[in-house]
Amino acid sequence: MDLNTIWFILVTVLFIGFFFLEGFDYGVGILMPFLSKDDNERRAVINTIGPHWDGNEVWMITAGGAMFASFPHVYATLFSGFYLALVLMLVALILRGVAFEYRSLRDDPVWRNRWDWAIFGGSLVPALLWGVTVGNLMRGFAIDADMNYWGGLIPLLNPYSLLAGLVFVTLFTTHGANFLALKLEGDLAERAKKFGFQAWIAATVLTVLFVIWSFFETDILTKSGINGLIPALLAAVALLLAGFYAKSGKDMLAFIMGSLTVVFATIMVFMGLFPRILISSMDAAYSLNIHNAAASPYTLKIMTIVAVIFVPIVLIYQIWTYKVFSARVKADPETLVY
Amino acid sequence: MNPLSLARWQFSIVTIYHFFYVPLTLGLAIFIAIIETKYVRTGDEMYKKMAKFWGKIFLINFAIGVVTGIVQEFQFGMNWSEYSRFMGDIFGAPLAIEALLAFYMESTFIGLWVFGWDKLTKKQHLAAAWMVAIGSNISALWILIANSFMQNPVGYTIDPETGRALMSDFGALVFNPNVLHQFPHVLASGVSLAGFVVMAFSAWHLLRKHDVTFFRPSFRMAAIYTLVGSVFVGTIGHIQGQFMVEHQPMKMAVAEAHFETEDPAALSIFTIGNWEQTEEIFSIRIPTLLSFMTYSQPYGEIKGINQLQAEFEETYGPRDYVPPVAINYWSFRTMIGAGGLMVILAFLGVLWSKDRKLDEKKGYLKIMIYAAALPYLAVTTGWILAETGRWPWIVYGLQTIEDAVSPNVPAWNVALSLALMTVLYTVLTIIAFKLAVKYGTSDVAIKAKE
Ligand code: HDD
Ligand code: HEM
Ligand code: HEM
Repeated sequence: MDLNTIWFILVTVLFIGFFFLEGFDYGVGILMPFLSKDDNERRAVINTIGPHWDGNEVWMITAGGAMFASFPHVYATLFSGFYLALVLMLVALILRGVAFEYRSLRDDPVWRNRWDWAIFGGSLVPALLWGVTVGNLMRGFAIDADMNYWGGLIPLLNPYSLLAGLVFVTLFTTHGANFLALKLEGDLAERAKKFGFQAWIAATVLTVLFVIWSFFETDILTKSGINGLIPALLAAVALLLAGFYAKSGKDMLAFIMGSLTVVFATIMVFMGLFPRILISSMDAAYSLNIHNAAASPYTLKIMTIVAVIFVPIVLIYQIWTYKVFSARVKADPETLVY
Repeated sequence: MNPLSLARWQFSIVTIYHFFYVPLTLGLAIFIAIIETKYVRTGDEMYKKMAKFWGKIFLINFAIGVVTGIVQEFQFGMNWSEYSRFMGDIFGAPLAIEALLAFYMESTFIGLWVFGWDKLTKKQHLAAAWMVAIGSNISALWILIANSFMQNPVGYTIDPETGRALMSDFGALVFNPNVLHQFPHVLASGVSLAGFVVMAFSAWHLLRKHDVTFFRPSFRMAAIYTLVGSVFVGTIGHIQGQFMVEHQPMKMAVAEAHFETEDPAALSIFTIGNWEQTEEIFSIRIPTLLSFMTYSQPYGEIKGINQLQAEFEETYGPRDYVPPVAINYWSFRTMIGAGGLMVILAFLGVLWSKDRKLDEKKGYLKIMIYAAALPYLAVTTGWILAETGRWPWIVYGLQTIEDAVSPNVPAWNVALSLALMTVLYTVLTIIAFKLAVKYGTSDVAIKAKE
């Protein structure tokens, strides 16, 4: 396997980590205002991800940085092309990050309420926009011979990609509810499960629609022959099992199946793209792929060494952190950390 | 306005805001880790309270440092896509390494630090504090390696086919001589800044005789800490100046408003130049001092702006190569002036905080509340000097700023994002400032239940 392929896989792995971890993070943020009845309950919901959200977000930052290092043209084309969408997402992420830290610093319901809506919007908007981005990646967009996209925001908001956005939102909400079922106690956990099941129904319906539409709109499912369908089918089975286990009260299994849905769906997208990364809808020859968009072999070699050493180390201490905070969070002011 | 100037405004505003938060993170993380080490060594609960109290200020600052950093990570692709294409091979690597080595570390361990007081053993908790401190400073190191390439390109070749810069020697990139100055200078600036912030809040309480047994030792530790930082930042800065004459002579020439080549060269105390930036109108200078500062001997040629402009034209073709003289000249003076005052104030703090004398120095304590603005002024002007003094290059000698900007992003897009970011950052900064003042001047954190 050449280094370009290895880096394509590594970028995929970073996106899997990002969608898996931030997926439930965003889901928790989206659910938070609806689940909790009072301030202690809100704090309890937030504290389920309190120690983790920043570490999870770094998966997105690293995915961006790794793309810059390994496929600089992709970084340049994608971020300059999706400019306004990215601005919107950055504003959302800024408000969200500050909200986690600042909401408790004043004992004033108006203040807290405002930040809570920042958490909600700051989770919903990135989930939606990442979905829209993935939709456009699958469908292709108008990249010219100089690797630039000139179309602006409007063509990116096509119905197909917006549907992809809704799939992301509902999937992440389900994933977040499954996570909360494991991390909360009593009544609050029950409410999370109830919302989670509704989100699961919506996610399933939208996903089915999306898959059918993808079949006609893109070549992602068909391009690599039967192979592309395998992760798609695995994702579908995992999604169905997630709902089944959630309904029958097997919370851990529901969470695992929901996670696998996210993982297989991400694999499906990247497998369908390979060896292209950004598909041009103007001319297939203008597409950015793992060769014409890549950094030099020397840079890829250095980065491979770094990744092989440090990705496992990161995994070890992040997993350890989840172990340290494995206890369920109680909505009890005596034990809540503010 | 054209997209280029908008993109430049955007970059300078978001980056200066980012770096408004960064140095306090760098310096205060180490300070807190030292205090917590004392707590673990002595078992004295006061040190635990101290770590928590200053930790609160740290977190208020850290939150905005993190979120403004996300913008930094993406904006090279957004506004400077041609730069990202040309330099991605070299510049992307340290950026990705920074995320992998540093961002994961600081973000994960800060979570453990905040939420782990009664889930971790004392020693584990202390380790988390040190991991945050080390992680933040590793982050600074790698981003400065990236920045140093732009200041002083090393370890690259130019691809004859595509014209892109390719990395040829990773070791040279990492051990860029520019980093060897820049990193210690930035680290020490963070140390001195954090000390001043701690001293400011402590002085406020000491003036009101609140919790003196808590704030006297805080002040003393911070004074010693900051004195070390301030002396260090000046010493390294001096060496940086010498390096600059050698590698970026134009930057020193504009920073000194030094129009004509001289040997020995005089140091400017106060200079006003003409509008065209070609000659001085009025100047007070100390003869020979600039040569002496540069070469440690009373002679040695320092090239002036006009000769350097002519030399650049010969090498790179005709155009204007003179960065904005007034901005650089006054930035340089503001930074050094602030640095000098900081050393004096920190020295007095160390001297007087030895015993109770400090409580009686009311005038000094009042000054110290406002003196925290000095290091902020110094870091900002320092970056303005380092970055605008490099004009018109984005990568020194290799790519100009106008060649770096994204061609496909319309001006109104950049204008919109510039307006949004500026308003958002400003509002958040006001909120953060108010919260920091509220917590720093109250005793909730000290009296809080355990
Ligand atoms: C990794 C690269 C990098 C890093 C670490 C920094 N800069 Fe920089 N800076 C640039 C890369 C850069 C740049 C991309 O090269 C710019 C954009 C346009 C330009 O003139 O250079 C620039 C411009 C630029 C400008 C405007 C200059 C002009 O318009 O001519 C200012 C004021 C700063 N920077 C300030 C900072 C501050 C406060 C930093 C501290 C965090 C900083 N820079 C770090
Ligand atoms: C212009 C280039 C820069 C980029 C792309 C960049 C990128 C980032 C990113 C993505 C984060 C957030 C990480 C997280 O979520 O924890 C961050 C935070 C941070 N950055 Fe930067 N940064 C830049 C400049 C600098 C410089 C010059 C320094 C220091 C010398 C620095 C030091 C830090 C530190 C210490 C943090 C931790 C958060 C805080 O500030 O409190 N950065 N940066
Ligand atoms: C007291 C004497 C000082 C001297 C002689 C000095 C010298 C310098 C020089 C020459 C540069 C430009 C380096 C380059 O672009 O090549 C610089 C940059 C900088 N200075 Fe200072 N400095 C001093 C004090 C300070 C203080 C007190 C602070 C902050 C607390 C500070 C913060 C910075 C920062 C953040 C930069 C930009 C990063 C860099 O290029 O290192 N400096 N300084």
